[in-house]
Amino acid sequence: MTPPADAAHADARRQGLSVGVATGVYGVSFGALGVAAGLDVWQTMALSLLLFTGGSQFAFIGIIGSGGNPVTAVATSTLLGIRNGLYGLQLARVLRLRGWRRAAAAHLTIDESTAVALAQEGTPAQRTGFWAAGLGVFTFWNLATLVGALVGNAIGDPRTWGLDAAAAAAFIGLIWPRLRDRTGRVTAALAAAVALISFVPTPAGVPVLLAATAAVVVGLVEAAPSRARDIEQPDGDLL
Amino acid sequence: MTGTVLWLAVLAACALGFAAKYAGYLVPESVVDGRRRSRIIGLLPVALLAGLVVTQTVGGEGSIVVDARLAAAALAVVLLWLRANFVVVVVAAAALAAGLRALGWG
Repeated sequence: MTPPADAAHADARRQGLSVGVATGVYGVSFGALGVAAGLDVWQTMALSLLLFTGGSQFAFIGIIGSGGNPVTAVATSTLLGIRNGLYGLQLARVLRLRGWRRAAAAHLTIDESTAVALAQEGTPAQRTGFWAAGLGVFTFWNLATLVGALVGNAIGDPRTWGLDAAAAAAFIGLIWPRLRDRTGRVTAALAAAVALISFVPTPAGVPVLLAATAAVVVGLVEAAPSRARDIEQPDGDLL
Repeated sequence: MTGTVLWLAVLAACALGFAAKYAGYLVPESVVDGRRRSRIIGLLPVALLAGLVVTQTVGGEGSIVVDARLAAAALAVVLLWLRANFVVVVVAAAALAAGLRALGWG
């Protein structure tokens, strides 16, 4: 007989591991493209180990590879990384860490670890999910980057195996539990609309940051005293 | 570009990337407390991830692209609706996208 708490932890670990494998394998692609862009193996590995946020890494090597200015590469990479800071606002309250553990958690704060934490019920399982996904992605991402940087394009395009679609499906699966209540559904729908509308006219990374305005709008409306009293919103439910 | 310049750019990107991550953890609790701010911050990951799903599903190089990813995302939604297991959803979506591409679409 498994107590519910253990089951929740096992679930969080399983999700973290599957996300780690599904998105970590993409590191092969990053490693191959990094070397193709003119970085050496060490520089490519440094990005996966120290920057460790896929979107920023691909943007950086993309700009360097196409002969762009290094300052532009750094600026774009940083712009894409800002959302991790926004995740940190909420994760800090879930994890409640100090010192080097807080720095380690910050380093592992990416889309995947946030999404897995968000998908769990209750703080203990959220913590388990965060570390499982963060460490899982970190491990697979860096191993895969090394393989990709060493053997180059021999492995082929991960798109052939549908891995890009797997990543999108994983994120849908992870926010799915948050779509059960109306607040979550409205926020997600509004955010999706903002990202879709702003995708063409704004630079990479900006649509996702603009999607954050959905949280501000819904948060303000929901918190208004006379409105939305019928909406059930248990405290601490949202990550 | 010289190797030194490239190394400087790599390390600058890494330092700024970490700073962006760490900044979120350094914001004092007093700033993020309070009903309204607390709700907004609680909803932030939902909004950002929903935005990310859109850009991952139909985002192309400066344009919206409808390809195998959208079909895979639709399948994921249907399977989640049917309460399928998380791993099943991810594997099925990848398989559909791979299959469609093998057939020459997307």
